[in-house]
Amino acid sequence: MSENKHSHSAFDSFVNLFKRDMLLAFRHRSDIANPLIFFMIVVSLFPLGVSPSREVLAQLAPGVIWVVALLACLLSSDGLFRNDFDDGSLELLLLSPQPLYILVIAKVLAHWCITGLPVTLFAPLLGVMMYLPTEGLMPLVGSLFLGTISLSFVGGIGAGLTVGLRRSGVLLSLIVLPLYTPVLIFGSSAVQSVIHGFGASGQLAVLGAFLLMAVTLAPLAIGAALRISVEG
Amino acid sequence: MTETLLEIKNLRCEREERVLFDQLCFSVDAGQVLQIEGPNGSGKTTLLRIISGLSSAYEGDIYWRGQPIRKVRTDFYHDLHYLGHLPGVKAALTPRENLRWSCALEAEDSDAQIEEALDKVDLYGFEDLPCFTLSAGQQRRVAIARLYLTATPFWILDEPFTAIDLRGVAELEAMLAERAERGGTVILTTHHQLDMPGRLKKVNLGGEAQ
Repeated sequence: MSENKHSHSAFDSFVNLFKRDMLLAFRHRSDIANPLIFFMIVVSLFPLGVSPSREVLAQLAPGVIWVVALLACLLSSDGLFRNDFDDGSLELLLLSPQPLYILVIAKVLAHWCITGLPVTLFAPLLGVMMYLPTEGLMPLVGSLFLGTISLSFVGGIGAGLTVGLRRSGVLLSLIVLPLYTPVLIFGSSAVQSVIHGFGASGQLAVLGAFLLMAVTLAPLAIGAALRISVEG
Repeated sequence: MTETLLEIKNLRCEREERVLFDQLCFSVDAGQVLQIEGPNGSGKTTLLRIISGLSSAYEGDIYWRGQPIRKVRTDFYHDLHYLGHLPGVKAALTPRENLRWSCALEAEDSDAQIEEALDKVDLYGFEDLPCFTLSAGQQRRVAIARLYLTATPFWILDEPFTAIDLRGVAELEAMLAERAERGGTVILTTHHQLDMPGRLKKVNLGGEAQ
């Protein structure tokens, strides 16, 4: 943009890093497809494995969709910093003059756009398949939208801590799951309470509070975790 | 005129119960090229990582422009360009895209500047091919191209000549010499014999490691 090298802002590097990660995702399309396909396959196995009856599925739907969405986010969060760690880009990010806080937010948001966002957008389709009552569809999308962003940020903490380890699968789940559960509880209860005729504003407000907390605090934890991992 | 940029006092680093270096003292002035020598495993890369702040497993003091480096970390990063053991080149992106994201961390460079830098490292004609189709040396050259784009006064280069052909080595050496002439400072590790009379300073880790 500008010829003056000093006028460069943190926002520019935020945008640039976000664009880079989106570009990388579109070069490796399986990164986008994997969590979404996992989500769709697992949910569509429930009518086959449990029962195809309308009443049973309608009862299970909010919980099943939320649990599988959570697992899709959990499985994908392992790769959040892996690639950058392996090729040395992570060192460049840590040593750049830009605040790590901003760079981490860019990376996590890009990651959410290729994992949480598609899951959120496809959830109504699976809701219909699971006979979720129509009034539950909007709360499902709303709660997944707020919830999956929090899940991505929280997953980032685990990913940052375990990126230096070769096999981090189980450890990552153990670190992250206790922090995931409140999101799951309020998320699925938002959908259930609308189906039962109560509003969901309370649950959505709590999810919003989680989101704000995750966006403001998790990047600090992720940054510290990355510094520890790179040191190893 | 010569300002002492970096000063290291009594640095000690232990790794896996082995002392890599102890009582290490040296300083680097503006316009100097400091070559860190030593056999494999003597702690050259570790020393560079300690100076750059990637590792804090050390005892001793490091001063940046006279201040303890821990206190002026952000100022230091504004002046630093680091080329590590791993080049930080994304295999799925083209050289042009790689330079665009990494240089955006320091300053906004125009496409013309990026093209010029790629031309200087002989990657003209390769700028739009994904990096995984390039050879190891060419990928390394993408990281070297960043040196032509950066305006920072202080460089830390870990084995910059690895996988680069003879002509590339000569060009890079000339560039470092020219940079030092204009007041730039470089700390690098290499087994290559550098020829920069008057500017070159050497630190040997081999002696201390034994």
